[in-house]
Amino acid sequence: MRRAFLTGMAIFLAVGVGASVAADDPISARKALMKANGSATKSVVGIMKGSAPFKLEDVQAALKSYMDAADMASKLFPAGSDKGDTNALPAIWTNRKDFDARFAKLGSESKAALASITDEASFKAKFPPVLKNCGDCHELYRAKEK
Amino acid sequence: MRAFLALFALALIGAGAFWLLSAPGPLDAEIARAMDKPGDVQKGEIVFWAGGCAACHARPEAPTVLGGGAALKTPFGPIYAPNISPDPDEGMGKWSAQDFAHAVYDGVDDQGVHLYPAFPYTSYRNMSVADVSDLWAFLRSLPAVKGEAPPPGFAFPFNIRRTVGIWKQLYLPRLAPRTVAVSADADYGRYLVQGPGHCGECHTPRDVLGGPVLTKALTGAPMPDGKGKTPAITPEGLAKWSQDDIETALTTGITPEGDTLGGAMAEVVRNLGHLPKEHVTAIARYLKKGG
Repeated sequence: MRRAFLTGMAIFLAVGVGASVAADDPISARKALMKANGSATKSVVGIMKGSAPFKLEDVQAALKSYMDAADMASKLFPAGSDKGDTNALPAIWTNRKDFDARFAKLGSESKAALASITDEASFKAKFPPVLKNCGDCHELYRAKEK
Repeated sequence: MRAFLALFALALIGAGAFWLLSAPGPLDAEIARAMDKPGDVQKGEIVFWAGGCAACHARPEAPTVLGGGAALKTPFGPIYAPNISPDPDEGMGKWSAQDFAHAVYDGVDDQGVHLYPAFPYTSYRNMSVADVSDLWAFLRSLPAVKGEAPPPGFAFPFNIRRTVGIWKQLYLPRLAPRTVAVSADADYGRYLVQGPGHCGECHTPRDVLGGPVLTKALTGAPMPDGKGKTPAITPEGLAKWSQDDIETALTTGITPEGDTLGGAMAEVVRNLGHLPKEHVTAIARYLKKGG
């Protein structure tokens, strides 16, 4: 319960901060969103591996985090924000349509999963395909410098 | 006049030495004999995924259609993966098993010409003959497709393939044909990492000539295309990762921080997903142990 609350707070803060800073500092704003996604995912990895008990609220918190990120994404990658302390690749701006479509897909699939995941069995079937969106996009549009 | 003649003689000797040192050698006789024995297609498929062949020679949506064509950007210029499907004209349809072994172990094609080390024979050279033979059997079982890769866009002098012969004198490890037993142990993991898996091609830094700096093996390096860095995958670099964390990351792409592996590593994760679990366990055990 406490974990879910903290994750929820983190996402709430990230989205709040994201919305207010997006205009003048999109790089920090999108980093905060991605960090929120990471910590939300972290609490679900154990369930996926079977090393932690299933907790519906953690799963839902993760899916909501992905939805928030998907909603914000188009605003957080304005032209010119490939420069600076960022791992975003220039391909984002040359393939913008594809990039935006991927976030839209993450958003709609997360929403569908949120509605249909009710127990461990539906989680095991429906969560991994949602998560696949993360790697697919990072494959093309991110190059980590550290 | 005398000085000129002396210079001319020196230049001749230099050119002669270059020519001799850069000549492609023949395939090891023992390996050539072993390749006569037909390989096992099913085992070869596992070697295919462990070797990551599809990453360069196929498109992600059709990983066993090996028409090639993918560009690899290197500091020396772009190079394009060739067609390695069984097509007789544009693929390897006319190659013998020995031609294939010569390419994998020595980086020499069926015409006796040096291949650039973008094809990671520096690592593949560590593979067992049985694995190479099985891989050949699997490749022969795949569909023949058309398509020829453009020539590499390398600048002088790297566009002269004989320079690769000198590079090999400097960097190619000694050939040590060996047999390996499949297991979930770190020893087999070392074999997968240093041989077919060719992890060091991206995770080991390179010197100015593109040769691996073996004293810094697997300590992380800039990506060959200049974007991003690969992390250290030594026991020190992975100190915060458990063996289980490594296995999870290699099979699902998810890191202990909840991040997902991206870049070229996403393709590696897709390939490793085809391997038996014990292979991945072996890799994780070796990476935690090192050496």
